[in-house]
Amino acid sequence: MELEHDDLVDVTDVVCPITFVKAKVAMEELDEGQVLAIRMNDGEPAQNVPRSMKDEGHKVLKLRDNKDGTLTLFVRKVGE
Amino acid sequence: MADYKALKNGGFMRQAQKDLFSVRLKVVGGNLTSEQLAGIAEIAKEYGNSSVHLTSRQGVEIPFVKLADVEKIKEALKAKGVDTGVCGPRVRTVTACQGSGVCPSGCIDTYPLALAISNRYFGQELPHKFKFGVTGCVNNCLKAEENDIGIKGGYLVEWIEPECIMCGVCLKACREGALSEVDGKIEIEEEKCNNCGRCVKSCPTDAWKGTPGYIMSFAGTFGNKMAFGVRVLPIIHDLETLFKISDAALDYFSKYGKPGERFRAAVERNGWDGFTKAMEKAYEEALNGTGA
Repeated sequence: MELEHDDLVDVTDVVCPITFVKAKVAMEELDEGQVLAIRMNDGEPAQNVPRSMKDEGHKVLKLRDNKDGTLTLFVRKVGE
Repeated sequence: MADYKALKNGGFMRQAQKDLFSVRLKVVGGNLTSEQLAGIAEIAKEYGNSSVHLTSRQGVEIPFVKLADVEKIKEALKAKGVDTGVCGPRVRTVTACQGSGVCPSGCIDTYPLALAISNRYFGQELPHKFKFGVTGCVNNCLKAEENDIGIKGGYLVEWIEPECIMCGVCLKACREGALSEVDGKIEIEEEKCNNCGRCVKSCPTDAWKGTPGYIMSFAGTFGNKMAFGVRVLPIIHDLETLFKISDAALDYFSKYGKPGERFRAAVERNGWDGFTKAMEKAYEEALNGTGA
């Protein structure tokens, strides 16, 4: 199932906390209500990035296991 | 000749240099106001050598204070809203991390708890020194198990099915592998859950309810001898129960500890079974609203 999204950012090439920084920068490019897909590695990023996006006030929709050691988090932007 | 023992009990620690003292101040949970800090700075300059020592247990000491200035520095500290600390065989400084009042990971509000513990027990005489430490969550920044009584915040968690969107975040947020998705429902393996509350804090829809609680550990020690505090009770949810159990632990130490013997040594000498039973009894009585 491919969830609809407006932009995709891949953070599998960086480690925490740059994963979150990269996702946050990508989110800034979006308008309120748009959805960002964030592809991340399993483990530490999967434990922390979803919570960080929640703490930023955005709406987490789904954390999808890609079955290749990565996950994709779908987040709806809240606020400008 | 000066009564060095009385001075030490009151927080005046003899230095290597004759008739100079390092003055221990009372600090609870590592928290001081700007006014207190400014006052301490001024007093260290006037009575010490313009420096302070930050102790291993979040305290502050003003070194190089002269014997002749003991009373004067006490007065000066009092005027700045700072008390002197204690040393010797009694309840010492209560330490704490910042807890939920400041830290996003915190499950309990540690500072008011440290204050309440300090107000109830600070300075109470026992066979040997006795340390309380309060940490807000299982990340354990304050290292609860190093203390004679350690208190660690945690959440007892519950999944709220109607709120859940099955996003899968909690399954990954849990570091203990305690959660799994089975037929469209989230299942918790209770024995794996360490009460960290990461499922609650990461959930985007409030589909996890976390009830804050205290995880107590007993008889930790980290000096000449090192041993972790041991958990003998389930998670506790109210302050009154925590106090009744702490009262019972201190009573046990007063009754069964020999002078100069640490709590750990007293428990080991008298046997963990008896100690555990005493704690369980206090726990049951607190839950049932009986006992002293």
